[in-house]
Amino acid sequence: MTRDVTPLLEVDDLAVEFDTPKGPLRAVRGVSFQVDEGETLAIVGESGSGKSVTAQALLGLVPPRARVTGGRVAIEGRDVTGLSDREWQKLRGERIAMIFQDPLSALNPSLTVGYQIAEMFRRHRGLGRAESRRRATELMVQVGIPDAARRLDDHPHRFSGGMRQRVMIAIALALDPRLLIADEPTTALDVTVQAQILRLLRQRQRADRLGMILISHDLGVVARAADRVAVMYAGRIAEVGTVAQVYEHPAHPYTLGLMRAVPALRDGGGPLVAIDGQPPDPTAPPAGCSFHPRCPFARDKCREVEPEPREVAPGRSSACHFAEEVIAGVHTGAR
Amino acid sequence: MSTPALAESRTRDGDGPPLLELVDLVTAYRLRGGLGRSGAEVRAVAGVSLDVRAGETVGLVGESGCGKSTIARTIVGLVRPSSGQVLFEGRDLAALPARELRGLRQDIQLVFQDPYASLNPRMTIAALIKEAWRIHPGIVPRDRWDQEVRSLLDRVGLRPEHADRYPHQFSGGQRQRISIARALAVRPRLIICDEAVSALDVSVRAQILNLLDELRRDLGVAYLFISHDLGVVHHICDRVAVMYLGKIVEIGSKESVYLRPSHPYTQALLSAAPSLDDWRDGGRREIVLSGDVPSPLNPPSGCRFRTRCRLAQDRCRDEEPTLLDRGTGHPVACHFPETDPS
Amino acid sequence: MMPPKLDDPLPGRTGAIVRRLAGLPPRAHFALGMVLLFVVAGVLGPLLVPFDAAATSPPDRLLPPGTRLSDGAVAWLGTNQVGQDILAAVLAGMRTSLTVALVTVVVAGSVGLLMGLLAGYFGGWADGIISRLGDIQLAFPSLLLAILLAGVLGPSMLNVIIALAVTRWVIFARVVRGSALAVRDREFVDSARVMGASHGRILIHYILPSCLPPLLVAATVQIGLTMVAEASLSFLGLGVPPSQASWGSTIAQGRDYLASAWWIAAAPGAALALVVVSIGILGDLLRDASDPMTEL
Repeated sequence: MTRDVTPLLEVDDLAVEFDTPKGPLRAVRGVSFQVDEGETLAIVGESGSGKSVTAQALLGLVPPRARVTGGRVAIEGRDVTGLSDREWQKLRGERIAMIFQDPLSALNPSLTVGYQIAEMFRRHRGLGRAESRRRATELMVQVGIPDAARRLDDHPHRFSGGMRQRVMIAIALALDPRLLIADEPTTALDVTVQAQILRLLRQRQRADRLGMILISHDLGVVARAADRVAVMYAGRIAEVGTVAQVYEHPAHPYTLGLMRAVPALRDGGGPLVAIDGQPPDPTAPPAGCSFHPRCPFARDKCREVEPEPREVAPGRSSACHFAEEVIAGVHTGAR
Repeated sequence: MSTPALAESRTRDGDGPPLLELVDLVTAYRLRGGLGRSGAEVRAVAGVSLDVRAGETVGLVGESGCGKSTIARTIVGLVRPSSGQVLFEGRDLAALPARELRGLRQDIQLVFQDPYASLNPRMTIAALIKEAWRIHPGIVPRDRWDQEVRSLLDRVGLRPEHADRYPHQFSGGQRQRISIARALAVRPRLIICDEAVSALDVSVRAQILNLLDELRRDLGVAYLFISHDLGVVHHICDRVAVMYLGKIVEIGSKESVYLRPSHPYTQALLSAAPSLDDWRDGGRREIVLSGDVPSPLNPPSGCRFRTRCRLAQDRCRDEEPTLLDRGTGHPVACHFPETDPS
Repeated sequence: MMPPKLDDPLPGRTGAIVRRLAGLPPRAHFALGMVLLFVVAGVLGPLLVPFDAAATSPPDRLLPPGTRLSDGAVAWLGTNQVGQDILAAVLAGMRTSLTVALVTVVVAGSVGLLMGLLAGYFGGWADGIISRLGDIQLAFPSLLLAILLAGVLGPSMLNVIIALAVTRWVIFARVVRGSALAVRDREFVDSARVMGASHGRILIHYILPSCLPPLLVAATVQIGLTMVAEASLSFLGLGVPPSQASWGSTIAQGRDYLASAWWIAAAPGAALALVVVSIGILGDLLRDASDPMTEL
């Protein structure tokens, strides 16, 4: 894929370690990807796959016991690894914004939502009280909060879960950031409300040509909301590709396994093919490919040599020795 | 209002007497009031009739607060119904003397959502399972307990030599297997799964669903499967009931409900449910509901769904629709059901 | 998922206890040693240095510590105004104090445990009655209530214990009620109910284990406070009868001689202070140690 512009976000060989009593835990290893303007990259994985830690590292917010031990993160061509706290604070909000799973814990319960949105304009833009308030009302209308002018002075607990997430989106979008990181933004919400929020995110992202990273465990949500997908397993990216590529022809046996483990909403829905076993203990990962103990296609090479991510098609990479066979469906028959 | 739905479901799959039957069940909670006042009454379950036959899997879907978990808690006796009946093989659980009720308790087991909270952290796996036999003596003779524990663990896919470990030494999926083993220990005929796989990762969830499937095949146990996940319910259930704000709005065979959803709420739910095929744009109609679920403290008059319904008319405000087959192939509680929502 | 620890140099329960003791801070070792010393002294002391409340020895009145008495023995802590050995009085008082405190805490703790379980587990009207009764009693100063009761019942060790137990059970009941309430609606308790477990089984196997650690902490603290209360009653002449020694009554004897024979009041006073402070330290340590346990 030829590029003549620098990507919005470029992550190269990122590594994050946790200090544990049992020694260093490599939560994220050799993670590389990029996000362009106006596109949504989903990072999908199960608990412990390292997807949230990756997002935290992009925001300069790794937990206290963790540290970034390698790699490079560039936002709009600027290397942000090793920025000071002050510089990070400026970057967050202005250029990168984030939305979390639980909006109630991210909002201050003792301040009105109007105040919390307007604060972004006052603090970062130096706008006056009346002007900030006007801009906050505008934003609330944009994110679909009915009766915005009146609800401005309500406290967060007066809002439903879906409305709170809209407030979070308003705060995130206040300063026109270029990159939005959404960590499980709809996991705590009901199905019908989830559909509303996903649609809103998609609309705003298209309208403002935002780059977005959507962290999710739900393959259905990813299918609905993302352009490209990175599948993570045991701290590494198993494969990256467009949603169509990955969902139609997985290039990694783990992705294939995930797809077959999700019950279909329509048609017959044959027996689920579960992935046997449990994810590996991150303090003692297996030799070779970290997925080999659960992989139905594992061969000797998989037990000995850890596969590096490699390009298997334009814009498409996989960390499987036998990616071509997996794509071609050699082992599985037609899916 | 219960009879049409029951009559319909009975005629569908033969005449076997239902294992479990809910008749116009109402379960209300009283909110804590202020000083000296008793609080308002919330009808979490507002008149639900439903039956489960032996060996059958019935799904109960709905969003949070629709009352589906309260139904589970009422059936197993954790909360008392305010009115209506819970019948097990025709016997009213509320009318039974305590001793007989205790015996019946072993026929109905509940698997909870959170495998981290539902196992006593101070008891080993073996003790958790044996407790079932202490409570219900006569199921397994004492000298065969150890042997039976091992075979139960093996049955649910755990290593029998782990019987002396504590729950915290297991992962979420393994703990859910322990919960299932404990439920199976009393040889129940009905297992209620209350969001039993919702807390699990995709790959582990499939393992547990397959295990439940196997148990049904091998042991003939029936399930009342409560979930918000329409894909999971579609996979495991024979029949499905859709709940909204304390009432069933649509009930029927899985095929009928999923292929011909007739209640506007069911249609919205199905269109909102994420699926692996969602990346193929077009081909499916997306119905995005506006607004939130109203408070059960003060439900709308007439049809409870009318405040969010795109088809609502005056009649929906004035008259509550009953659960009836209005020519859509299965009972729907809507004045204006659609036969073909394409 | 936590894999079991295999590299355990001292396996088993004793090993775990030894390791935990060794890891305690110095003040814990001091407090533990002090309490042990007092218990041993209280049990064995009166056998070695007997105290007879009726025996008087006029020639040995008000002698300072370390003086040799008329019978040839040394009065290490001096003598009082009727010539009795203060050391013997303190040791005998120790025994009284220990007995009263232990029995009171066991009685009040048991009543409190039962009431707390009833109130916390069953709730409803049982909780209403027990909690209101406790509130009313707590609104009344406990020492005043004890004085009233002891005054009505008359001086005897049994009556002191009754008076003190009546004033203390509320504290235990509250602690137990709080824990029972916290565990009652946990999902694993629900799962036992679904299994068909009786109230008795749930109370004993599910609720009680969670109530015991905080109850133990409360009991430790209360032992110290009960010792003070017993001494207070005896100081006022409402405690144990004069035929039995008590720190409180010995301190009362010394009140008129504080300027001339300070040791009469100082010796039991110091003993009381030391033992109560030590028990307080132990109580704090237990509280810290039991915090993660109550999480279970």
